[in-house]
Amino acid sequence: MAEKEMQAREKMEMKSPAEGTRDVPMYIPAVDIYESEDALVLVADMPGVGSDNVSIEIRDNQLTLRGTIQLEPGDKERLLLQEYGVGDYFREFALGRTIDQAKIEASMKDGVLTLTMPKADIVKPRKITVKEG
Amino acid sequence: MALIRWYEHPEVARPGWELDRLQKEMNRLFSDFWGRGMSPFRVGVYPAVNVSEDTKNIYVRAELPGMKPDDLEISVEGDTLTLRGERKLAQAGETVNYHRREREGGRFRRVLTLPTKIDPGAVDAFFKDGVLKIVLPKAPEVMPKQIQVKTS
Repeated sequence: MAEKEMQAREKMEMKSPAEGTRDVPMYIPAVDIYESEDALVLVADMPGVGSDNVSIEIRDNQLTLRGTIQLEPGDKERLLLQEYGVGDYFREFALGRTIDQAKIEASMKDGVLTLTMPKADIVKPRKITVKEG
Repeated sequence: MALIRWYEHPEVARPGWELDRLQKEMNRLFSDFWGRGMSPFRVGVYPAVNVSEDTKNIYVRAELPGMKPDDLEISVEGDTLTLRGERKLAQAGETVNYHRREREGGRFRRVLTLPTKIDPGAVDAFFKDGVLKIVLPKAPEVMPKQIQVKTS
């Protein structure tokens, strides 16, 4: 792992049918989603988004992530080379009924959003011990 | 059987039709390449950078989400800027089951040649919300000078 070369992954622009009100492009954040015994964890890369500018919404089992960036007042700067686009982030996921929506926790650090979604008690694996008798 | 003169045949009528066809084919290939919802910024190197300038400085920006300033090494030598580092992804443990794995980790090195001479002693770097911004002040000799016109 330590010697692994970084693979360049292109930022994906979102093609939305509805036009955004903000005149900035919209990107699809790269995510990791993993499931442990008692929670589903989502990690999303949203560089440029501070903790005040991220919104997480759950409605009808649909999880919506939105991140807005603050454009720097860099009007006097002349662009010499552009290899990536700067814009907002948007991504939606359909959640199963297995998430305890009241207990979702989110944290944003260094442009990475981590969402911990505990599983509802009913779906947690229960160990049943077989008694003798 | 209808007799047509050979040059009236649509495909052989004009000299160089073969070249035209090739050109069309190439255009189609390229539009396919760009048309897959990808941005035109394809570079294939990490990290992708945006470089801009104003009268005083050159700015180099890169998106490095989840990285710490300590994981980054920035050096300037002459007009060459080198960015080196390692993006470590937090390990989730072995008992978890991955549903999606799109984020990448690993070591990287990027070398950039700057468009003008800079003052290496005054380079500053800032890291905020996963975005690195390097401010490289231009060397005094390349700064634009205002020339006052005097009345004689």
